[in-house]
Amino acid sequence: MEKALAAPPAIALRGVSISFRLAEGGAYDAVARSDLAVAPGEFVAIVGPTGCGKSTLLNVAAGLLAPSTGQADIFGVRLAGLNAKAGYLFQQDALMPWKTALDNVAVALEPRGVSRAAALARAREWLARVGLSAFVDRYPHMLSGGQRKRVALAQTLIRDPEILLMDEPFGPLDAQTRQIMGNLLLDLWSRDRKAVMFVTHDLEEAIALADRVVVMSAGPVATIVGDFPVGLGRPRDIAEIRTEPDFHAIHKAIWATLRGEVQRAYARGEGRTA
Amino acid sequence: MKRPTLLALQLAVGLVMLLVWHVLTTVPIGGRKLLDPFFFSTPLDVLARVWKDFYAGTIWRHLGITLLETVLAFVFGSVGGIVFGFVFARGELIAAVFDPYIKAANALPRVVLAPIFALWFGLGIWSKVALGFTLVFFIVFFNVYQGVREVSPTILANARMLGMNERQLLRHVYWPAALTWMFSSLHTAVGFALVGAVVGEYLGSAAGLGYKIHEAESVFDVTGVFAGMMILAVFVIVIDAVVTAIEKRLLVWRPGTQSTTTQG
Repeated sequence: MEKALAAPPAIALRGVSISFRLAEGGAYDAVARSDLAVAPGEFVAIVGPTGCGKSTLLNVAAGLLAPSTGQADIFGVRLAGLNAKAGYLFQQDALMPWKTALDNVAVALEPRGVSRAAALARAREWLARVGLSAFVDRYPHMLSGGQRKRVALAQTLIRDPEILLMDEPFGPLDAQTRQIMGNLLLDLWSRDRKAVMFVTHDLEEAIALADRVVVMSAGPVATIVGDFPVGLGRPRDIAEIRTEPDFHAIHKAIWATLRGEVQRAYARGEGRTA
Repeated sequence: MKRPTLLALQLAVGLVMLLVWHVLTTVPIGGRKLLDPFFFSTPLDVLARVWKDFYAGTIWRHLGITLLETVLAFVFGSVGGIVFGFVFARGELIAAVFDPYIKAANALPRVVLAPIFALWFGLGIWSKVALGFTLVFFIVFFNVYQGVREVSPTILANARMLGMNERQLLRHVYWPAALTWMFSSLHTAVGFALVGAVVGEYLGSAAGLGYKIHEAESVFDVTGVFAGMMILAVFVIVIDAVVTAIEKRLLVWRPGTQSTTTQG
């Protein structure tokens, strides 16, 4: 971790708070002064009850949302506008439905000025890497949810971003597909170790994937209430790692914090969205 | 249902309607014909007239002119609708300022414009094209406007995170989204282009299907009127089939239009 100490963090959220103006007047304070740093090459998962503002925090790091107070520093540079160093994997379908899988991935290189032929060749490579060689000419609606996520992953990673922001990317998938996608993500990530900020409500998924799990309190006025290192070795198989005693110990420790927040969120009527 | 079965049923409905028409106008029921052939003609007379029109070849010129007017009205109306739809959807201020005028213009019954257009553009095809334009323009305009404004925020955010600039967003996101909406209104738009052409011809011209119908009406030639309407009806079905074929080609990516796009 010496390198992480010397170099500025990939993401540093400093005193970030976010409030939304409500249509009926007044403001909704989603997130209260939060600090969070993600070192280069570090995989950080953020967990918290529904509606706690996890995704909101992620959007600040992406530059999609300007914080009400505080700032986001990306590799030591204050973020203004969109975060060009980050790739973002959305929870909902974000592929362009009018483009084939191949075009969806290839188009990600167009803003970089890569020629179309080169972009197509690299898109084929990436689709092969996520196991979709046979589906390059399919339109998104012809693909399963898991396959669409693979395309989205290829679309994000082909740009080789230094930071990966993921907003419950595997949320809509079934349990088996989630595990397969989790392993695929770890496999791809381990090759060049980008800084990752991974939002999820699934604590087991968070522990299985991440180096560090950050717990957020129930919203509104959510803050970071816990920060747990995950001392599990790599490479990991996210299905097998769940059976290890260390996994259970970590799970128990984090759940002790998270549980109270989840209960508070339920007591408040959980209906709010992040 | 299988295609041939469906086609057979569709044809059967048409034949039954013709048969009912035939019986009511030619077979005396209870001492008299229920429909007077002078006012309703008979299917056989109408078909004979249609046949005569095509056999003599006189109808082709009229069909050609109506088709030309329809196509021109559709093309100009669509281009105008797309351009203005985009500009208004991307420019909040323009949209807000012009909103009442757009609504007022759209609410205006187009028929009252026909004589004005005849004055401005003469009795040739351009007054009909203008009338069709005013109909097509608003349909396409509102659809493109809607399409651009209702692009999924997630798709848009994703495209922006991929680093797309305004021009690339336009090309890869806004334009295809607007096109989808435009195509959903294509059948209506083509139909209205034809309505503009025929109504324009009907109100003042020297050629076209609308003119043929008007000509027949003015001499109480009911057979001629029905023959004109029948030709018009078939014409509409043919145009609609062409539109459907184009739509299928361009919207292969849409769910529901499942086709063989997976090879290659």
